[in-house]
Amino acid sequence: MTDLLKLSGVHTHIGRYHILQGIDLAVAQGQTTMLLGRNGAGKTTTLRTIMGLWQASSGEISLAGERIEGRATPDIARLGVGYVPESMAVFSDLTVKENLVLAARDGPLDDAQLDWIFGFFPALRRFWLSRAGSLSGGQKQMLSIARAIIEPRKLLLIDEPTKGLAPAIVMALIECLKEIKRKGATILLVEQNFFAARELGDSVLVMDNGTIVHRGEMAALAADVPLQERLLGLSLEAHQ
Amino acid sequence: MTDLAATDPLPKPKRDIAPIVLPIALALAMIPFVGSTSSWLTLTAASLAMGMMIFIMASGLTLVFGLMDVLNFGHGAFIAVGAYVATLILLPFAAAMQADSLLMNLAVLAPAALLSMAVSGALGLVVERILILPVYGQHLKQILMTTGGLIVAEQTLYAVWGPQIIPLPLPTSLRGSFIFGDVAIAKYRLLAMLVGLVVFIAIQLVLNRSKLGLLIRAGVENREMVEALGYRIRRLFLGVFMTGSALAGLGGVMWALYREQVHASMSDDLTVLIFIVVIIGGLGSIGGCFIGALLVAMVANYGGFLVPKLALVSNILLMVAVLMWRPRGLYAVTSR
Repeated sequence: MTDLLKLSGVHTHIGRYHILQGIDLAVAQGQTTMLLGRNGAGKTTTLRTIMGLWQASSGEISLAGERIEGRATPDIARLGVGYVPESMAVFSDLTVKENLVLAARDGPLDDAQLDWIFGFFPALRRFWLSRAGSLSGGQKQMLSIARAIIEPRKLLLIDEPTKGLAPAIVMALIECLKEIKRKGATILLVEQNFFAARELGDSVLVMDNGTIVHRGEMAALAADVPLQERLLGLSLEAHQ
Repeated sequence: MTDLAATDPLPKPKRDIAPIVLPIALALAMIPFVGSTSSWLTLTAASLAMGMMIFIMASGLTLVFGLMDVLNFGHGAFIAVGAYVATLILLPFAAAMQADSLLMNLAVLAPAALLSMAVSGALGLVVERILILPVYGQHLKQILMTTGGLIVAEQTLYAVWGPQIIPLPLPTSLRGSFIFGDVAIAKYRLLAMLVGLVVFIAIQLVLNRSKLGLLIRAGVENREMVEALGYRIRRLFLGVFMTGSALAGLGGVMWALYREQVHASMSDDLTVLIFIVVIIGGLGSIGGCFIGALLVAMVANYGGFLVPKLALVSNILLMVAVLMWRPRGLYAVTSR
């Protein structure tokens, strides 16, 4: 299986803080790779560095064999990278429709793709002309994910999509992400919810102090409670 | 979470109309205080005209503030430059301006306004590249750079045109008033209202009916996410800055004709009013800026008529009152 995304020796500084300290990771084409770790381990920084929102101070980042470190964020997005930030970052002054019109960068909204998205997130249809700022947290998350998948993307970077959401909404999101997976998407997913991680992850990377401290199959980590406690400081079962 | 059946009707978007009602309520509330209906109508017309001119000058600044997070204390320079550039056409063609023909007058006024907008817009390009670009994200340096730029611009205007006030009489066909019964409404004020409305509608159409407008509104709220969607927002920044500068130039021409004079520090008092309007309206909100401009003009006109001694502080009091009601302005667009 070929690697769509590769990071080699990536360091990122934010101000005087040295956050990423030599990250090496690979995300296989068509797979969902989970990025786990304690708060402050560097997971969000990793996604933002890949996206070019923070520039790597050194190291190499390649997407489908093309070097992207040092490139501007819009150029990286135009290579086919979709980004769902932890904060969701929907445009609250814009309607749901306008949010998606902006995300459909290369043309008008595709009706078939919209129907597919409405199948998972019927609330988006209901609030089609409502300001995104008036949506609930779960609905904003749905919109944020819908924005990332409104057009085909090579790679999706998704940061804690289930954070703070009600269980019913988490289940809907998991089903949506599974369907996106089935369509062949490659996903790098930061997640703290073990149930979601176990359901979605093919492989797993665990971070601590700005480095990757474990890589392997998600199923293997899910089955190994002592390893979970050693890597993450607690059993993932207790993390749900 | 409540979902819906596919056949359910789409709900209507909710509108926050309280700020829209505010200037109307204020105007109506002034009727008993002003006493005479004709005085009230004259004051209201004056407020609308002044408000529209302030809106034209402030609209660019609110977008620059909201979208670019730039504190441009030099915005007034574009106003003064716009006014001076207009004199390059208006003074040599003074005969056409004084002809008793609306067409002849407009044939001089329109190119003067367009030239002012072009020069102010071009100056905006230079200012953004030289003064703003190196200090994005650094508010203190922005204040220093743009204030310095304003001083340089004012002194350059003095050096080129001299320190004297340049008289700029209104064209003949725009002098005087239309008389409706015992109400007199100055012709030029009607033109100012018309131009202000056209600018407001044009900006609203661009912002609400085009993808460019969506990008500007989205960029005001979250620049980073717009970039993450694949749009190069730096170019958008430059375009908005130039447009804002051009509008300030247009406002400068209109204000100079309103006051019938041009001088290099003409924008000093206006800059305070413009910042009050931008803050009252909510950073980045064109609708808020429009309502804020009307409120500021109303308070200045009604306040000046009823309590002249309060005229100097009336707009500050208005700003305090609005911010106590809505701390992020009438329409909060950004989280700043």
